[in-house]
Amino acid sequence: MRIASKHVTAVLVAGVLAAGLAGCGAGTSGAGSTSSAGASGTPRLSGAITVFAAASLKSTFAKLASDFEATNPGTKITLNFAGSSDLVTQITQGAPADVFASADTRNMAKLADAKLIDGAPANFATNVLEIAVPPSNPASISSFADLAKPGVKVVVCAPQVPCGAATETVEKAAGTTLAPVSEESSVTDVLGKVTSGEADAGLVYVTDVKTAGDKVKGIPFAESDQAVNTYPIATVGTSKNKELAQAFIAAVTGSEGKKVLSDAGFGTP
Amino acid sequence: MYRRSGTGYTGIPAWIYAIAAAGALFVLLPLMAMVARVNWSQFIPLVTSESSRTALGLSLRTSAASTAACIVLGVPLALILARSPFPGQRLLRAFVLLPLVLPPVVGGIALLYTFGRQGLLGKSLELAGIQIAFSTSAVVLAQTYVALPFLVVSLEGALRTAGNKYEAVAATLGARPGTVLRRVTIPLVLPGLVSGAVLSFARSLGEFGATLTFAGSLQGVTRTLPLEIYLQRETDADAAVALSLLLVAVAVAVVGLSYRRPRLGVAPEGAVR
Repeated sequence: MRIASKHVTAVLVAGVLAAGLAGCGAGTSGAGSTSSAGASGTPRLSGAITVFAAASLKSTFAKLASDFEATNPGTKITLNFAGSSDLVTQITQGAPADVFASADTRNMAKLADAKLIDGAPANFATNVLEIAVPPSNPASISSFADLAKPGVKVVVCAPQVPCGAATETVEKAAGTTLAPVSEESSVTDVLGKVTSGEADAGLVYVTDVKTAGDKVKGIPFAESDQAVNTYPIATVGTSKNKELAQAFIAAVTGSEGKKVLSDAGFGTP
Repeated sequence: MYRRSGTGYTGIPAWIYAIAAAGALFVLLPLMAMVARVNWSQFIPLVTSESSRTALGLSLRTSAASTAACIVLGVPLALILARSPFPGQRLLRAFVLLPLVLPPVVGGIALLYTFGRQGLLGKSLELAGIQIAFSTSAVVLAQTYVALPFLVVSLEGALRTAGNKYEAVAATLGARPGTVLRRVTIPLVLPGLVSGAVLSFARSLGEFGATLTFAGSLQGVTRTLPLEIYLQRETDADAAVALSLLLVAVAVAVVGLSYRRPRLGVAPEGAVR
C-alpha cells in the first residue's frame, strides 16, 4: 500500500513539475540546471535545498519533505523552522535558504521588498483562530463573548505578531474587547499557557489545537472567518538550485501537499 | 619568551596577551556592532516611549525586589555552605548552583510546576487567596530563582577567604553566635555581599527565559525590558536595538559602579584555610 501510494505521488509530482517547468521555462533556463532529462523525458531532480518555514508548518512540512525525498531519490531537503519574521531577518542577513514559506503575507512582502524572492509567491494554505481551553474547561467557555467575562484568564498573542493582529481583527468583528492576562510573542507560548492549565483560555490557530491533541479542547467561533491568515511560499532569489526549490513548492501546492495540509487543519486559499 | 616588567616577573607569556585581546574583542565586537546599528535620530523617542518606560520601570522594580529576596535567602545558604560542614553539603551546593547552568526556560518550566495553578504549591496558594500566575510576583520569583546562585557563590567565596579567626576570637570573648554574625562576620564580608547582590541584580535585569515561560508578558505587569525587546524585534528592529542598548547601559552602570573588586570572587577550594 505504502509503495503504491508513493508511486502515485511520484507521478503526481512529476506531472506538476513538468507543467511548472513548461509554464516558466524562460525563467529557469538561465539558471544553472542540475537535472538531466531521463530516457523517458522526465526531468530527474538532484541536489539539496534548505526550506525556511513558519513554525506552525513544522509537522506538515516535515512529512512533505520526507515524502518528497522518498519520491525523488538523490534529493535532500533541510528544514529550518522559526517565527516568520525571524526567518525573514535570517534570509536578509544572508542565511542560505532556497524556499521560504511564511505564516502571513506581511512577512513575505518584507522579503519581496528586499528583492529576495524569485517570481510571485503562491498562497498554499489558510489558518483561522480558535479558542483553546484546558480539557476540563474550568471557566465554561462556549463562545467568543465568554472570553470577556470577568475573572476569565485569557492569554492571546501580542498585536505585533501575526496571531495577535488576527486577534485584534476578530475582537473588532465580534465587538468584544478582551482583557488578557498575558500577550505572548508566539502562538506556541499561548498554547503552553493553556496546556499547563495556567490560563482558562487562549486564542490560537485551528492547527495548533489539532496538534495539541487531547491536551486542549478547541472551541470554534463564527467571528474567526474575519481574520483568515494566508500562507504564501516562494523561491528565494539567491537559491543555487531553483529547479529543486520549485519542484518542492509544486509538491506543497499540489494535491499531495493539499491533503497533508488539510489533514493538519489548514484551509485552502 | 617571557615578559618582564620593570619591577619584576609577571609570569604571563606574551602570546597570552594576544589571545586575551581576541577574547576581549569577542565580547566587545557584538556590542560595538549593535551600537553601529542604532538609529540615533530615533533613539530618544524610541527609548522614552510609554511601553519602553513602563518596561524599564518594571525591570528595575522587580530586579530590586529579587535582589532583596536573594539576600534574605542567600546569606543563610552561603553561611551554611561556607561555615558548617554537614552530610550532603556538596550535594546542596550543587543544587543551589544549578540555576547557573540550567537554561532559564527549564527554570521557568520547573517554577510553573511548582507555583503554577496546577503546580505542587499552586493549588494551596490559590486556596489561600494568593494568585501567582501572570502577576508581578511571578516575575520576581523567576528572577530570584536564576539570580540566587550569584549571591551564594560570591558570598561563600568571601566567607571562605575571610576565614573564621576573628569570629573565634569574638566567641572566646563571650559574644553569642548572633552577635558574632552581626558584628564580625557580616561587616567582614560586606564587600563580597555587595558584589554578590549587584551580580544578582544584573542577572535579574537580564532575566528572560524563565519569565516568559512562567510569568507571561503583559505591559506594566510582567513585561520586563528583555521581554519588551523580544516583542519589539518582531515589528520594529530599530526599537529593539535602541532598547537593547538601554539595557546594556543600565547593566554596565550597575556592574561598573559597584562591582570593582574581582579579588572578592569565588575562592578556589584549595585556598581555604
